[in-house]
Amino acid sequence: MAITIFIFIICAGLLICILRMVLGPTMADRAIAMDTATTVSVALLVLLGLFFDRYVYLDVSLVYSIISFVGLIAIARYLEKGI
Amino acid sequence: MEIFGMILIGIGAAFLLIGSIGIYRMPDVYNRIQAGTKCTTLGSFLTIIGVGVVQPEWFWKTLIIAIFVLVSNPVSSHALGRASRKKRISLYEKSVVDKTDEFTGQQK
Repeated sequence: MAITIFIFIICAGLLICILRMVLGPTMADRAIAMDTATTVSVALLVLLGLFFDRYVYLDVSLVYSIISFVGLIAIARYLEKGI
Repeated sequence: MEIFGMILIGIGAAFLLIGSIGIYRMPDVYNRIQAGTKCTTLGSFLTIIGVGVVQPEWFWKTLIIAIFVLVSNPVSSHALGRASRKKRISLYEKSVVDKTDEFTGQQK
């Protein structure tokens, strides 16, 4: 029962991040909101793996965190000096 | 042991929500980096370790994920902050001091 409440709390945080990603004035704001949203959703994936009792979700969250790290480094390089 | 893991997950979820509210509320790019990075790093670390404490067969893999988040999240936030500083995105208008040009020796 407690896991359901925690999942709803983390989903509320994810929705607030997506709102900032839509509203953000500059491109750096959107990139930072996406960084926060990916970190929140890695934690959400691990918690969903506990909720549904599936071990595979841990692999999904690990690969997702690696891909988000590489993508954010690429976005930062693009912001700094172009392609 | 399960109650201790649930407490860890609860504290982590609260930190994640506070970090997201900070992303929404802060006025500036750099303040948003401050709020987002610290809160979500600690919050996701506590949540993932809490899942490993509740389900003890998963502990080592959750420890690997937590250490990877703990290393990679400050690095990517630092790269984004450095890029937005080099792009000269302006500070919040109530900011007091800015000594970047003085330290790096660049001319505007």
